[in-house]
Parts: sequence; structure tokens; C-alpha cells
Amino acid sequence: MNEQHHDQSPPPQRMRVSLFVTCLADLFRPSVAFASIKLLEQAGCEVMVPLQQTCCGQPAYNSGDYEATVPLAQQVIALLETADYVVVPSGSCAGMICHHYPKLLQGEWRDRALKLAAKTFELTVFLKDIARIEPQRNNPPSTLSVTYHDSCAGLREMSIKEQPRQLLRELCGIEINELEQSEVCCGFGGTFCAKMPEISGKMVNDKLDHALATGAKILAGGDLGCLLNIAGRAQRLGQEIEVRHIAELLSGDMDTSPIGEGR
Amino acid sequence: MEQHSDTFLDNASEALKNTGQAERRDKIALFASQIRTAAIDSFEGFDDLRHHVKKIRQHSLDNLDYYLSQFEKEAVHNGNQVHFARDSEEFNSLVLDICQQHDARRIAKGKSIVTEETGLNSFLQSAGLNVMETDLGEYIIQQAGETPSHIVSPALHKSANEIRELFQQKHDLGHRELQKTSDLVAEARNVLREHFLQAEVGVIGANALIAENGYSMLVTNEGNGDLCANLPKVLIICTTIDRVLPRAEDATAMSRLLARSATGQPHSCYTSFYSGPRREGEIDGPLETHFVLLDNERSNILSSDYREILECIRCGACLNHCPIYTSVGGHAYGSAYSGPIGSVLTPLLTSLEQSHLLPNACTSCGRCAEVCPANIPLPDLLRDLRHEEGIKKLSAPRWRYGLKLHSWLARHPSIYQTLTATSIRILHRLGRKRGGFSRLPFTSGWTSQRDFPAPQENTFMQLYKAKMKQNNER
Ligand code: SF4
Repeated sequence: MNEQHHDQSPPPQRMRVSLFVTCLADLFRPSVAFASIKLLEQAGCEVMVPLQQTCCGQPAYNSGDYEATVPLAQQVIALLETADYVVVPSGSCAGMICHHYPKLLQGEWRDRALKLAAKTFELTVFLKDIARIEPQRNNPPSTLSVTYHDSCAGLREMSIKEQPRQLLRELCGIEINELEQSEVCCGFGGTFCAKMPEISGKMVNDKLDHALATGAKILAGGDLGCLLNIAGRAQRLGQEIEVRHIAELLSGDMDTSPIGEGR
Repeated sequence: MEQHSDTFLDNASEALKNTGQAERRDKIALFASQIRTAAIDSFEGFDDLRHHVKKIRQHSLDNLDYYLSQFEKEAVHNGNQVHFARDSEEFNSLVLDICQQHDARRIAKGKSIVTEETGLNSFLQSAGLNVMETDLGEYIIQQAGETPSHIVSPALHKSANEIRELFQQKHDLGHRELQKTSDLVAEARNVLREHFLQAEVGVIGANALIAENGYSMLVTNEGNGDLCANLPKVLIICTTIDRVLPRAEDATAMSRLLARSATGQPHSCYTSFYSGPRREGEIDGPLETHFVLLDNERSNILSSDYREILECIRCGACLNHCPIYTSVGGHAYGSAYSGPIGSVLTPLLTSLEQSHLLPNACTSCGRCAEVCPANIPLPDLLRDLRHEEGIKKLSAPRWRYGLKLHSWLARHPSIYQTLTATSIRILHRLGRKRGGFSRLPFTSGWTSQRDFPAPQENTFMQLYKAKMKQNNER
């Protein structure tokens, strides 16, 4: 009973996708999840959102509290394992499910984790490589100058590199204005940014400097943790750069204000 | 090992204040990663070699007893004396004993991070010996009275200007100005040459011990190791028990990974093998040679969940690619080993109590594991140490309990969703105008550096459920 069909009358053979919203999108930016649903539907999927979802457990896990993470991981597995596909608009949450659950769990739960891992994908990877979304023209205008932050877990755990760039090209006609040292961490690191604020501050400053140096109007990325970090720093310094999740750009949903900007 | 890891945050803060140094570190890091990438991109077999060497390292460690005794047997057969030291104290005393047996006053020393770990220099010096580091970087920091800031390039933190000033202070330069970098090198070389000729004992490290023939291998770029090894009458080779490999070809396979990962070179300038004392009819070489092999917790690490850390080949790539190391520099870690390798090794060699901050100096970005030629899952090991930190209750209680509370809430979706719906609405109301908060209770770490972006009006779950309800009513 914890699943709701988003589209009531799916034609046959549509891919049935469960969306794992992620806690940051749930709490800070629902627009990311709605944009993801829109994109998945455009790609011909039937989207379901399991209603009992909360968080994948990264905060406790990354802090080394495995005992607190195990039951949460089991809860997420039980919630999602009946899906055909699970799509996550975050590289690090997808990495948590795909790589860290199987490491964390043992025995039968490990097997279940591995099965779930095999059908779990980050949003841009799923759209591009699995659902093969047709090139189409969504807003925003292709004249937008956009730079892209490769979040570390997405890049290294989920091999996300070309997919968001290809999608921006095919769906929006946007060519990325690449930032220097794009593969270096932005200093978020979950609790790291609060435990070691000065070091994290230096790192996010560097990232912001590189982003500003591109002259881009928008910085996009696939992980809200990094984006909140970078947006917060830009806000602190009064720098004018719009920070947005890639799903918002791809879906053409540019009505919401960028992360950390008032209205 | 003298250690200041407990003050990591203060050390880091100090380091960040020196913006000139910080900028230099950024430039060096960028350069180091560029030369490594270039070296590895132009070498097709890198990944295969990495797997190959990993298997050998695992095999050697699985059979460490066997290979160590084979090494000992062969080395003794070659005329060496082999000593084992349980800890730093034993290690330092063994080296001192050998020096004293020969009435040595002057020691010429090649680079050895192991002797940094044991604090050998200050130990020998307090016994009245004159110890001179002969690797340029080590020489510089010895003159400056500092510790290494990098396991491969110990004086990485020093600019040419700083080195010039140091030599002006410490050397009798007369009118010489040492304008060019090559002048600085020549100056150090002159001073060191004297020392090489006078030293009674040479001390060097080893990158590998070869079980099948009892040799040791040393890779350097300056050739100073060979002078330390061949000019003095007595040679002491210092390393740790985990360096042993079965065959000579295993050592050379490893050195191909090492040079590319460390400095982007296909080979280091000198790769030397030391077999033992001068044999009859030979015209040079030491008359007596010793191996002093340190354990210092490595046997314990071997039987722990952290054993993979012993597969490290000490290339320094994880340091060069760690955004935290490159932000704060090596000294902040307060240990001979810095960067990701240091953050794993230091707590294991000393205690987690003293150094539990180090495993937290990590964003899990994974860049270290990506470049590590030994394929060591450094972020996993660091997280495991954080796990232990939690079990030992070394981390701040507000974090421990805060995260437990969060997990508990996340396991109770209806409470979680009700609670978050309310708090998000409040946060949104308070922050919507400005778009964020410059201060907020419980977020001082975050807001010390950046604003806290305000959330959108409602949680997704709230909006989505409302939408479902609407659809159903329709
Ligand atoms: S851990 Fe890996 S990257 Fe770091 S020094 Fe050792 S071998 Fe090199």
C-alpha cells in the first residue's frame, strides 16, 4: 500500500520506475523531484513514488555509524525492491544504494541489496543510457551559459560524466562551459562541511572561483548536497550565479527561484 | 613518533591563514596531478600492472612469515646482518648500537620515512652523533628544524626563496648569492659531499626487500642513496617488515607503478639493488651491512580489517590528489605520514585516541582511491576508522546523538514526514525573502562559511500526497 501510481493508465511495455526522491530534494527542493518525474514520463516511463521513503542513510553511514545505518538500508531495500527500476536524482544516494548497501549488509540482506543495486540508476544515467530519452526541445533557451559540477560520488561511484552533458545538448541545446578542475571535490562531504568548516570553506571557495571564472550564468549539478554548499557560499559572498539541479534545467522548469535565492 | 594530530583543526586553521603558502600548495597539487595523468595516459598497461602488483602484494602479505624468513636467510647468506625491531624504541637502539660498535661520529642518511616514524635522527643526535640528511629535501628541512610535509617530497612546503634564506642563515656563503635554483642545489651538494666522505655509517631506506635473493631495492632521483650506501664503511638499511616481495621482478614491477604515480616519471633516475658487504676483490662498497626491520604495529595491522593499508607503495599520489591535504599541507596532520595514507596509518601506528580527527579529514570524494596504484580503498578504511571512533565514543556527543536521532526518525516515516513538513514550512517562511540564513541554530559549522539556503515552501512528500489526493477525488 505504500506505492502510488503517478500515471493511472500506462500503455503496455512502459518502463515502470520507482523514484527515490532523496531527503534533500524532499526537504529543500521538491522541484527537483517533480522535474525528475516529468523527465521520466517524457522518456516514456510510468513513474511511481513509494510514499514511505525518507533518507538513504548516508549521514550516519559516512560518519561511520554502521549500526544506525543497517536498519535504514533494510527499510529502503524493502521499500524499493519490488520496482522494475529505481531512479535517484542524486549520484551520491544512488552510489549509497548501489555500492554501499551491499558492503554494509550481510547474508540474505546483502543478496537483496545486490539485486536492488542492479536496477538502481542515477537520473541522468537512466534517462540517457537506459530509457534513451528522445532528443526534444525543452526550455530553457540554448543561449544560457551553463557550467557543470561533477559531484564526486556521481563521478567516481556511478561513472556519471557524459550523460548530463549529452542530455543538456539534446534536450536544451546547451553546451557546457566547463569549469577548471571539475573533478575536484566542492568541500561538502556531508557532515565534513560542518565538522571541518574552515577546510570545507576553502574548498567551496575554490569551486566557486572556478565556476565564476567560466562566466556562466548557471551552475548545474546532480547532487543537492554539493549545490546547497556552493549556492550557500555564493550567497554569503554576494556572487551572482544561479545554482540549479540538472533535472530543473533538463525539464525546462526554470520558474522556481534558484537555490538560495529569495523572491 | 612525535605526534600532533590531536590539534589537526588548529594546525589546519593556521595553515589556511597563510594564503601565500596555500596558493603555492594549490599550484603544486595541480602540477602533480597533471604530470601523473600524463604519465599514466601514455602508459597503456597501467591498470593491468596495478592488478598484477596488487596480487603480488596480497600474496606476500598473506605469506609474510615465509617471505621474511626467506629474505633473512638469503640476506645473511650474502653477508648481511638482519635485525628485527618490535617498536620505534627498539629500532632506534639497534641503529645506535651498530653506530657505537664502530665508534661512528658521523652518519650520512638517505631519505627514509620509516626513520621519521621512529624519530631516529633526534635519538642519534641526543647520543652525540652527527646525523646529516643527504636527500636535498630532507637536508633542507633538517636545516630548518622541520618535519617532512610530504612522504615523497619532504620539503614541498618550502619555496626557493625560503630555501635561499635558510642557506644564507645556515651556510657560510661569503658573497655568493645563490640566485638560481641550480645554485641552491650546487650549494647543498658541496656541503653534502664533504659529509659523504667523512661519514663512518650510511643509513638508507628501502622500497622493497626481495626474498628470493636477499637484496633490497631503493629508488631515488638524486643518487644520494648510493653515496650513503657505498662510501661509508658501514651501511644500515632501515625499513619495515611489510616491504618484502617474493622476486626481483616483483620489485621492478612495483617500481614502474611507483615512479609514474609519484612524479610522473617512467622510472626514477636511480634504481639500486643492495646485495650486501663488499666481497673479496671488489674495490668499493661497505665493509659491513645491516638490515633493521621495523614492525611497530604492522603485525597487528596485518591481522586486522585494515591490512590493505600495508599494500601501500608510498608513492604520495593520494596526498597530491586529496583536496584536504592540498588545502592544509602535510604539517597539519602532525605525523610523519600525512594525507589519506597518513590519516589511515597514523591512528593505526599510534592510537585513535590521539588521532581520531584525521579519519574525519575526508569528504569521501574518492580521488585518492582512484589514483592509488595499490588500489587501496582509502575512503572505506577512513570510514571504518570513523566507525571505531564512534564505538570508542571519541567523536563529539552532539554528532553521535544527532545522527542517531536522524536515523531513528528516518526509520519512522510518518513521524519524519510530519516533523519535516512543519519545520520546512517554518524555515521557508523565515528565509524566503533573503533566500537563506546567515545564522541558524545547530548549524554554526555550516554557516561559519556559507549561508544556509532556505527550502522551498513545502516538502515534496506533502505536495505529492496532496496531488495524489486531488487526482483521486477527481
Ligand atoms: S596509499 Fe596508495 S596513493 Fe597513497 S601513498 Fe600509498 S600507494 Fe600511494
